[in-house]
Amino acid sequence: MLLINCPYCEEERPELEFRGSGEAHIARPSNLAEISDDDFEKFFFIKDNEKGIVFERWRHIHGCGRFFNSARHSVSDKFIMTYKAGIAKPKLSKAQIDAVKPPAKGTPANEPVWTIDPMAEEGKK
Amino acid sequence: MRKFSAFAIAREAFRHQSGWEKQWQNPEPKASYDVIIIGGGGHGLATAYYLAKEHGITNIAVLEKGWLGGGNTGRNTTIIRSNYLYDESAGIYNHAVKLWENLSQDLNYNVMFSQRGVMMLAHNVHDVQVLKRHIHANRLNGVDNEWLTPEQAKEFCPPLNIAKSARYPVVGAALQRRGGTARHDAVAWGYARKANDMGVDIIQNCEVTGINRGINGEVTGVNTSRGTINAKKVGVVAAGHTSVLMEMAGVRMPLESYPLQALVSEPVKPCFPCVVMSNTVHAYISQSDKGELVIGAGTDQYTSYSQTGGLHIVNHTLDAICEMFPMFGRMKMLRSWGGIVDVTPDRSPILAKTPVKGLYVNCGWGTGGFKATPGSGNVFAHTIARDEPHKINAGFTLERFKTGRLIDEAAAAAVAH
Repeated sequence: MLLINCPYCEEERPELEFRGSGEAHIARPSNLAEISDDDFEKFFFIKDNEKGIVFERWRHIHGCGRFFNSARHSVSDKFIMTYKAGIAKPKLSKAQIDAVKPPAKGTPANEPVWTIDPMAEEGKK
Repeated sequence: MRKFSAFAIAREAFRHQSGWEKQWQNPEPKASYDVIIIGGGGHGLATAYYLAKEHGITNIAVLEKGWLGGGNTGRNTTIIRSNYLYDESAGIYNHAVKLWENLSQDLNYNVMFSQRGVMMLAHNVHDVQVLKRHIHANRLNGVDNEWLTPEQAKEFCPPLNIAKSARYPVVGAALQRRGGTARHDAVAWGYARKANDMGVDIIQNCEVTGINRGINGEVTGVNTSRGTINAKKVGVVAAGHTSVLMEMAGVRMPLESYPLQALVSEPVKPCFPCVVMSNTVHAYISQSDKGELVIGAGTDQYTSYSQTGGLHIVNHTLDAICEMFPMFGRMKMLRSWGGIVDVTPDRSPILAKTPVKGLYVNCGWGTGGFKATPGSGNVFAHTIARDEPHKINAGFTLERFKTGRLIDEAAAAAVAH
């Protein structure tokens, strides 16, 4: 289960409180009746479905009830950030992306990557 | 390739099992092929098999990033049924069921297809209406499906709890007797063995890193982790990674990839005679021939390529299973895992030509592709060989999201997929 930081409540809460609401930063055309079938398909059906950094919408449905956006890595499932609705798509730095990259090939993708060795810490005490 | 038979077993019994052959070879990729299939799962291998068998094209490479059937083919809950609402869906899934019925003989490989019946439960008035509508539509399409009262459902599946006091009491069920299960690994292995026997190269540990195109935009081959391989026709059959591969050819897809989970219990004696599904409480259960209960959970709510998912999704399914089958209340679960499924907006697959000449795509099977494996491979092979769709997959185009001719099984199922 993901832990998600709601930018309005300013608190990390379990995924169960949230409703995923799909890809973020899709601008709905203001002249929907006039656009071509091609443009409608692009707006409505075509998805980035990125293997890497995804920008997506969430709604804190069992909390403040508000929509917000997030940037997450779709292989490690780790969040880079969540931010309030209406804020432009953030430009991410290489350091930010590297921090959420999955472990290199050969290590189980979801094994926690320890920055501090808990066993060594235990020995010090 | 020597045939499998009772005589072969007897012969090998006298020869210390020394005469069994390697089931398929592990060749180095050639410089070029007539057709390249990207994805060595059930659908990809079936496509190669039917291309060789029915269309006489044997100069084929099946490229697999990992090992054969190691993706969703080895991760699904092995349920086979064809009780879909729309004509197009009934057409393709029933085509598959018909092929399943002879598949073991056809491949000379026991895929352990067992038509033990698939029962879908109704818990409220809405369910009753939806399932009865499906039954009527199915019968018009020549697909068997019948309505059962709760008592008849209990007779068909004795462990079922039909008490009125249940949280969501069973008020009826739809039963497809020709539905059932098959051994998923055997399907991949059987197709691989037979395709390889007819000359298809199966190349494992070969990840496609690019799709090459010529001056006029047509496909000329692929770049892989084992070098460049040329072909005029490339079929993408890559399930959850279809968006990633199609992007390499500049085609953006109406797909989202979600983790879908399944789990198995410890193996027990035969106690569960059929497949039971309930869309409303989200339970999906059968017993494998090995004795494990095979349970399908739902998708996570976010897109991911992680091949894992949240434990609360699994927990939710087990809540429903315990309520419907109280005798499983103290069963231990052994393993759970996730696979990445590619979901289309209308929850129907895409089996079609693409805007790129020579590039074909078979994707979007979402949470239920295993059941279609033979049918999908069969019509996709036709699409590649003739450069036009078979009448069975004519509706499953990529253009339907432009024209609006959706095959909306998402709305038809009337549940969150």
